[in-house]
Amino acid sequence: MPTSDPSPVAQTSDPPAGELIACPQCDALYHAFEPGPGERLLCRRCHHVLIAPRTGAFIRTIALAITIMVLMLGATFFPFLRINTSGLSNAASVFDAALAFLDGGWMIALSFAVASLIVLIPVLRAMLVVYTLAPLAMGRAPLPGARTAFRWSEDLRPWSMAEIFVIGVAVALVKVSDLAKVEYGPAFWMFAALVIVIVLQEGLMCRWTIWKALETNRPS
Amino acid sequence: MDHMESAGNKPPLVTARDEGLVACTRCTRVWPIGTQTCARCGTDLVSRDTRSLQRVWAYLAVGIICYIPANLYPMLRTRVLFSTSEDTIIEGAIELATHGALGIAIVILVASVLIPVGKFVAIGWLAVSVSRPGSMEPHKRHKLYELVEFIGRWSMIDVFVVAILSALVQLNFAASINPGPAAFTFALSVIFTMLAAQSFDPRMIWDQDRDYTPA
Repeated sequence: MPTSDPSPVAQTSDPPAGELIACPQCDALYHAFEPGPGERLLCRRCHHVLIAPRTGAFIRTIALAITIMVLMLGATFFPFLRINTSGLSNAASVFDAALAFLDGGWMIALSFAVASLIVLIPVLRAMLVVYTLAPLAMGRAPLPGARTAFRWSEDLRPWSMAEIFVIGVAVALVKVSDLAKVEYGPAFWMFAALVIVIVLQEGLMCRWTIWKALETNRPS
Repeated sequence: MDHMESAGNKPPLVTARDEGLVACTRCTRVWPIGTQTCARCGTDLVSRDTRSLQRVWAYLAVGIICYIPANLYPMLRTRVLFSTSEDTIIEGAIELATHGALGIAIVILVASVLIPVGKFVAIGWLAVSVSRPGSMEPHKRHKLYELVEFIGRWSMIDVFVVAILSALVQLNFAASINPGPAAFTFALSVIFTMLAAQSFDPRMIWDQDRDYTPA
């Protein structure tokens, strides 16, 4: 991916040339500017990605966020996997997997945590992103509380673990395969698609561009 | 400035703190030092989070404490007909390996033993090295920090494996799999270690890099 060098602030104060930004990882100070199409601005010292705008990113991000919500609804409640062995069978949805810890006392907390990590937080993040970006994409002022919404969405980012769940499924399938025959339900494929959509959406979002848009389009 | 750069004569970097500014770690905007909250995104501003190390150590201690029972108690209770077996994390991996699924056994061992223990050591070491400059180059320490931040979440794999197996393998009298108490403490350990890594302020790594001039 092409990158361009951000222009650092020289030792003595420069004349103002665009907004000043500092790398959140190493505090190096730069003059912000929009890199060329497809380019990214990396911190010269620690190589943290500072600015990486994509053309039409707001609309595409919204479309992908809505896709995430729809797919997650199906992926949660449709049959995910079914096992068959010697005439006995059992099917489980992702919802069942989240509720697997319900039977034993304090393990309920774990059920709640698993449901949050693989279903609720990814959906909540998609909703917060749509709430933040939809007015901006239409060229309007942000909705009330848009800043808080986007802040929450960012705080929740490490806790959205759908892609880790998919690897967990792969491991579980190997464990179960010598015990019984496994059939894949529609939700299995929806969840696989979901993970790809989540990764695509993450790659589209440039935090700096979104904060900048929230700032400049603020209702006065 | 642009032609200075094309001449290969890059000016030295200046930090926000050098210029009397405080940076927002969320939206990267800078404000005069002493500003309390970022007016753009509403994040609390601190130039260097000096109390972050206390939070790192506290979360890390809880994470390590939770990891001990996670290895002593069973993760899974497997019942096939009338025989029940209880497997801890290590026992489960050994059983997988003896059944020929060596690759999966390695995935489990890496995600549930190597990564958590490596993370405890790495976070503790990063926290110690902040007050001991010169122990390792900032670039390498920052790489380590990024690795810990990125990889921490993946330890949750084993908890999800237990959740899927417990939901799926419920075949009346023939076979059933149920979660053991270790699943709970293991999940707690992962969560607290993630909080420890998030509490660390990586800018403290670079403060020891005063004479840095980019190549």
